[in-house]
Amino acid sequence: MNKTELIDALKEIVQPYIQDEAAFQNLTEDTSFIDDLKINSANLVDIVLDVEDKFDILIEDDAMENMLTVKGAMGIISNKINTK
Amino acid sequence: MNKRVVITGLGVAAPNGVGLVNFENAIKAGKSGIQYFEELKDMNFSCCIGGIPEVSEDLKLKYLSPLQLRNFTSSGILYACMAGIDAWHDAGLSFAEEEPHWDSGCVFGTGISGVEKMREATYKLDSGKVKRLGSTSVAQTMSSGVSAYLGGIIGLGNQVTTNSSACATGTEAILLAFERIQAGKAKRMIAGSSGEHGPYIWGGFDAMRVITYKHNETPTEGSRPMSATASGFVPGSGAGALILESLESALERKAPIYAEILGGAVNSGGQRAGGTMTAPNSTAVQRCIKAAIKNAGIQADDIDLINGHLTATIKDPVEIQNWATALGRKGENFPYIHSLKSMIGHCLSAAGSIESVAAILGLKHDFIFPNTNCDDLHPEISSLIASDKIPTQLINTKKIDIVAKASFGFGDVNACLIFKKMNNE
Repeated sequence: MNKTELIDALKEIVQPYIQDEAAFQNLTEDTSFIDDLKINSANLVDIVLDVEDKFDILIEDDAMENMLTVKGAMGIISNKINTK
Repeated sequence: MNKRVVITGLGVAAPNGVGLVNFENAIKAGKSGIQYFEELKDMNFSCCIGGIPEVSEDLKLKYLSPLQLRNFTSSGILYACMAGIDAWHDAGLSFAEEEPHWDSGCVFGTGISGVEKMREATYKLDSGKVKRLGSTSVAQTMSSGVSAYLGGIIGLGNQVTTNSSACATGTEAILLAFERIQAGKAKRMIAGSSGEHGPYIWGGFDAMRVITYKHNETPTEGSRPMSATASGFVPGSGAGALILESLESALERKAPIYAEILGGAVNSGGQRAGGTMTAPNSTAVQRCIKAAIKNAGIQADDIDLINGHLTATIKDPVEIQNWATALGRKGENFPYIHSLKSMIGHCLSAAGSIESVAAILGLKHDFIFPNTNCDDLHPEISSLIASDKIPTQLINTKKIDIVAKASFGFGDVNACLIFKKMNNE
């Protein structure tokens, strides 16, 4: 999966949880889930579950701590896919 | 000096009508909301009938956002939000922006929340997948989920809590909210209660054999309060909500007023002297009714209509006897009495609030809704009170000024409220 495909997949996952449509439309690797997309922090655990389902991977607690930005999430997902 | 408390808004999601207009039309017409459910049959229930409010996916989106509805299965919280939000708007009020409504709170009761969610969670937990529970498992299964969702959507800044007293829950909620406003601690409160539907709620009652197994082929005739052929209650679900407000606040903002709450009482029979976990201590029931009358500052003779608990079990004649003794009235001198359960079944924790909404609509719009399924009045009841006091047809009348509403619940708990028509003063 290339970078664009990964971002598109992530966008689809986070869309139900975003509270800032403009930030979502302009999403980049540097976009923060909480600060930019205004996602309720409680929903981050739902995003992790959706990511696990989508990519058939398991994300541990310590990895989850880095899933605060698009870039952070992409790093964790790529890493998990590559070590599968 | 205690504040006077009036009702300025109503909302309801009932098995025979969702929304105030549908509900009022249904109760005037004696429309049943009881249906047969194949799912219950498949699960070996003896009683395969029940009452569930009809709510489309589109209607849900009027109250909860797509995000709130994601993985959302708590029917009780949904009904609470529908009734509570409708009541809030009915009272001419709007949601808070950044600043909460500091003077507005909520007492919204329930027996239990999110059993479907809990079931789903249990399966995940038992297979070692605790993290798969997601973020809303707690909010959907905590008892106070009903008031927490509602408080958050509206932006309530006063007390936001949930009470629980089995089938007396809704009536108790109204009394608790009434007392808070009366004491000057809040200007307005959403008072109400909610009850979930389905096999995981109703199963325990089926096991106790307290719900009827005789009407699976005739569901709309199943709930028969005061009837000689009453054979157990029919389970229902839904929610009712009232906006209670200090009279001065209502007058200040020129809000239309439905009725006044004069007073009420709650007590318990202590599961003594005939009272048990499931049966009432009659002395306690009578004391509760008398205490409500005293608290309201009226006389027993002032009561024009009783909106009873009357579930369609063998205990209905006992309830009539308790009213007759408490009021010191019998025969032709007994007030009118009716039970909404004949149309919607027993909505358990939601019963008191849905039935109170019906009582207040009747007071405001001058009607007594009919008792359905009661053409064969129980002989023990007809020996106590005149049969024309149990109307089986709609009565349009301006002569109803004061209504007593009571609910009794497991745990031997009782609650009674006194509502009064709001005259132009």
